[in-house]
Amino acid sequence: MSNGTHTGFLLEGIRRLGAVAIFFARLILQCVPALARPRLLVEQIYNSGGRSLVIIMLSGLFVGMVLGLQGFDLLQRFGSEDALGTAAALGLLRELAPVITALLFAGRAGTALTSEIGLMRATDQLTAMEIMAVDPLRYVAAPRFLGGVIAMPLLTAIFGIVGLYGAQLIGVQLMGVDKGVFWSQTQDSVNLHDVNEGLIKSVVFGVVCSLIAVHEGYNAPPTAEGVGLATTRTVVASSVMILLLDYILTAEFL
Amino acid sequence: MSAAAAADVVVEARDVHYAIGGHQIFTGLNLTARRGRITAIMGPSGAGKTTLLKLITAQIFADRGQVLAFGQDLASLSWSEIYAARKRMGMLFQNGALLTDMDVFENVAFPVREHTDLPEPLVRILVLSKLQAVGLRGAAQLMPAELSGGMARRVALARAIVLDPELLIYDEPFVGLDPISLGVILRLIKQMNTALGITSIIVSHDVQELATIVDDSYLLSGGRIAASGSPQQLRTSENPSVHQFMTGSAEGPVAFHYPAPDYATQLFEADER
Repeated sequence: MSNGTHTGFLLEGIRRLGAVAIFFARLILQCVPALARPRLLVEQIYNSGGRSLVIIMLSGLFVGMVLGLQGFDLLQRFGSEDALGTAAALGLLRELAPVITALLFAGRAGTALTSEIGLMRATDQLTAMEIMAVDPLRYVAAPRFLGGVIAMPLLTAIFGIVGLYGAQLIGVQLMGVDKGVFWSQTQDSVNLHDVNEGLIKSVVFGVVCSLIAVHEGYNAPPTAEGVGLATTRTVVASSVMILLLDYILTAEFL
Repeated sequence: MSAAAAADVVVEARDVHYAIGGHQIFTGLNLTARRGRITAIMGPSGAGKTTLLKLITAQIFADRGQVLAFGQDLASLSWSEIYAARKRMGMLFQNGALLTDMDVFENVAFPVREHTDLPEPLVRILVLSKLQAVGLRGAAQLMPAELSGGMARRVALARAIVLDPELLIYDEPFVGLDPISLGVILRLIKQMNTALGITSIIVSHDVQELATIVDDSYLLSGGRIAASGSPQQLRTSENPSVHQFMTGSAEGPVAFHYPAPDYATQLFEADER
C-alpha cells in the first residue's frame, strides 16, 4: 500500500516538473516579443528590483556587520585578522550575497508576483486578455519573469557592496583592522573567477525564483485559498531550490 | 439549411457533448445565433451557461460535436486562427474584468494598442467616442477600483466594442446591478445591437429583463436545450421544466433540494452519535 502511495507521489512530482518545464519553454518563447515592450519590462524591473532595494540594502549591511564581527573573532584566534577583508569579500561574493538576496527576493518580490498574477486570474483579467486575443503569457507573465531575472544580479551586486561596507565598518572602524590592509588584501585575493561564481549563481537564482513565482501565480486556483496557498508554495519552493542549486553550483565551481 | 441562411449564422453548436471530471455538462446541445439578432441563453445556475461561453470563445473544446463561430469549426483551428476569430468577438465579463493596473482610458485603449498601430490622436478619438457611448467619458481618468459595479461593466462594454466586433457576448450582464444601472445596461445592449448591427449572445437567468430586448432565446436544462423560441413562446410553454424556470417556482422537475438521504433518518443518526 505504502509502495503505491510512494509511486503516486513520485508520478505527481514528475508530472508537476513536466508542467513547469512546458510552462518555462512557452515563457521563454514569449520573452522575445516581451523585449519589444520596454515600458512593461522597465515597470517590472522596478517592481521586482527597485521596490526590494531597501530590504536588500538593510539586510546586506547587517549581514556584512555580523560577518565583520564573527570573522574578526575567528581570524584573531589565528592572529590573522588582516585577512578579514578577504574573508568578508569572498564570503559575500560567492555565497552570502547571491543566496540571501535570492531568499529575500523570493519573500518580497516572488510572493508579490504570485499573488498579483493569481488575483488577475481570479478576477478574470487573464481570461479577458485571452478573449481580446492578447496572450497573457506574453503580456503579463513574460515581462514579470524577465524583470525578475534582470533585477536579481543587480540586487545581488548591491547586497555584496553594502555587505562589504558593513564588514569594513565593523572590522576597520570598530575593531581596528588597518584600513589599507583591509582593502589591499581584498583586492589581491578576489579574482574574476569569484565574481563569476556570484554572478552566475544570481542569474540562476533569478531564473528559478521568477519562474516559480510566475508559474505558481499563473496556475493558482482562482480562489482566495488558492492564491494564498500558491503564494506560500512560491516561498517554500524557491527557498529549497535556491539552497539545493547553491550546493550544486558551489560544487561545480570549486 | 440554405446557403443564405448558413451565411446568416454567426455561432452554431452542433450536437455538443462536454464533460468535466466525469460529470456530463452537455449531452447533445444544438443552438444557433443569427447575424444581427440578440440571442439569449437562459438556464438555472449550474446548467452550463458559463461552460457554453467558454466553448464559443474557444477556451475549451467539445468532447464530441462541433462549435462553429463565423462558419469555422473552432476545434479545427490553429491558435493563430483562434486569435483571429477572437478579434471578431467582444465579451463582457460578469465583473467587468478590467485590468486593475491601468485607468479607464487605458483599459478601453488596450485592445486598440495591442492590435493596431493607430497614431495616438486616433486612439484618443476612438476611446473617447466609445466611452461617450456608455456615458463614461468623464470617468476616463479613474482607476477600476474607483468605479461602481455598474460603471465597471459599462467600461468593460466600451472596451468590448472598441474594435467594432461582429459578435458581442454578455456573461450575466444584469447580476448585482441596481435598477438604474440595470436599465442603462439593458438599453446599451439593445443600442449596440440596433445601431451597430452587432450580433449579441446574452447568457443570463434574468428572465424578465431579457424578455424586453431578446429576439431568440434558448433554455438550457439537463445538458441540452429544453426549449427555444421567442420569450413569449417560452413563457406560454407547456413543458414543466420550462414553465418552472419562467415562473420561478420551487415546485417542478428541477428540485429545490440537492440529493440527500432521508431527512428524518439523518437527524436520527446524529442523535444516536
